[in-house]
Amino acid sequence: MVSHVSIKLASERVNHSVASNNDPPRFYTPGEVITGIQDFMRGHGTYAEDDCLKASVAGVMQKVNKLICIRPLKSRYVGEIGDVVVGRVLEVQQKRWKVDTNSRLDSILQLSSVNLPGGELRRRSEEDEQMMRKHLQEGDLISAEVQNVFSDGSLSLHTRSLKYGKLSQGTLIKVFPSLIKRRKNHFHNLPCAVSVIIGNNGYIWISPHKSDILMEGNKDAIENYEIQPVGKSERETMARVKNCILALVASKMMLDDTSIMFAFEESLKYDNVKELLDPEAMLDVAFLTQHRINIIAEE
Amino acid sequence: MAGLLLSSTEKVFIVHGVQEDFRSDGRSNIDYRPMELETDVVSHASGSARLRLANTDILVGIKTEIDTPKPDKPDMGKIEFLVDGSANATPEFEGRGGENLASSISNTMQRAYHSSQAFDLKQLCIVEGKQCWKLYVDILILECGGNWFDAVSLATKAALFNTRIPLVKALLMDGGNVDLQLSDDPYDFKFLDVGSAPLLVTLCKIGEKCVVDPSAEEESCSVISLIVGITGNSKSYCADKGASNITDVDIKCSTISMNGPGSLAPKTLKNAIHQGM
Repeated sequence: MVSHVSIKLASERVNHSVASNNDPPRFYTPGEVITGIQDFMRGHGTYAEDDCLKASVAGVMQKVNKLICIRPLKSRYVGEIGDVVVGRVLEVQQKRWKVDTNSRLDSILQLSSVNLPGGELRRRSEEDEQMMRKHLQEGDLISAEVQNVFSDGSLSLHTRSLKYGKLSQGTLIKVFPSLIKRRKNHFHNLPCAVSVIIGNNGYIWISPHKSDILMEGNKDAIENYEIQPVGKSERETMARVKNCILALVASKMMLDDTSIMFAFEESLKYDNVKELLDPEAMLDVAFLTQHRINIIAEE
Repeated sequence: MAGLLLSSTEKVFIVHGVQEDFRSDGRSNIDYRPMELETDVVSHASGSARLRLANTDILVGIKTEIDTPKPDKPDMGKIEFLVDGSANATPEFEGRGGENLASSISNTMQRAYHSSQAFDLKQLCIVEGKQCWKLYVDILILECGGNWFDAVSLATKAALFNTRIPLVKALLMDGGNVDLQLSDDPYDFKFLDVGSAPLLVTLCKIGEKCVVDPSAEEESCSVISLIVGITGNSKSYCADKGASNITDVDIKCSTISMNGPGSLAPKTLKNAIHQGM
């Protein structure tokens, strides 16, 4: 009989830390004294008290000349212009959508910063305003780029490129934004026939590989495609990619296309995708991935 | 679960996945996520357990008290369930928000443990008709990740297993009053027999099929879920009527469709559940 339930005892909990060759950086906790105040400048995540500079968040220190910052390990997404994000539409408002991007405030997608269906370029009319819900509904997922950061830290997004826009079938994983490695490209078609969008905001979208003709195709074809069931083999690879990413996240490893691909290759020794839910298998995959990354770094 | 938004295409993806018996994390329809169990976590409770099932985090503490048994059941002890949702778990629990959910969980648990086949309350009896133990089961939901009922019942069973009932040393009958003397030695206790304590299994109907242990995303895709109480009889595992209760997430469903999945699924599920225990 195959076991369908696995219950582990907390005393046998797997330690997910993956030893890397370099020493782990010094970790500061809130209220901990970083240094005497003398000639250092106070940066983000720090405060001055009793002639000392103290950390106000839990994280690692970053020092630029005399400026001392503490970068929190776990935080909400702080946007920068040009970042690729994955977000979920929360609300349809007048001439704009409210989008959840895992940042402190909801982001805004203006009606004027989306591509109209059919790719027309013109002023947005009243009819367009009434058609907004047809275009993007509450709950819809989109990929977008950060166009602007307002003074209060909220983001304005745009989807004025064919690669951005509404996302179709697939699964979303939420990870810490600090685990995402900044890259030139955040849209990846992995060799295993799965597309991954690694949003800078820590939202990762996994979807079956989509052919490009659909981008320009007529509306009927797209709608038809959206309800087409995804094949079993594609589903399996997607689940494998998802579990690999979760394994890397459990071990707090940086995510980019190489690390995901390495983890995917290492995970192939587990025939069944659900074996990867086991904490020991997760650690094993993360460990082997770290090993391969170390080898590359040495070369 | 309310408050979780999913786009229609994501739902389509999940529904098709269930149809193919291959869910988005690679599980088949009858697979549970790995869980983690910890017992004896609260030192001042008679018994306690903490269960973590993916994101769901449940803490159960059991308190024992001496009480008089109900007149119609003189030889049985009492058991009471109290569910409390921490506002940290989800914003819905803030204020009185979680009350509905909490009472539905405690009612279901109460019904599951009510049957004498499920949990033998006679072991809680001290003096027939006069004194018995009363167990207060306090369930605290620390974090929500879907599938509460299963997690709560599992954690409760573990906590009951861990419960230490002090031994009664002396008994004085003084007219109609009973005077008890409990053992002072903290190591003088007995454990409860929990072999047959019921477990709840939630079956979420997604599309045409049923899944166990739905994630929060999957729960939002389903229109109905059926909760089946299963008792593990040490002789045979076929007795499965601790409580068969139906929560209707969507009232639009007819009774037939609600019963349909429940009648076939427990058979396949029982083996799965009890192997894990």
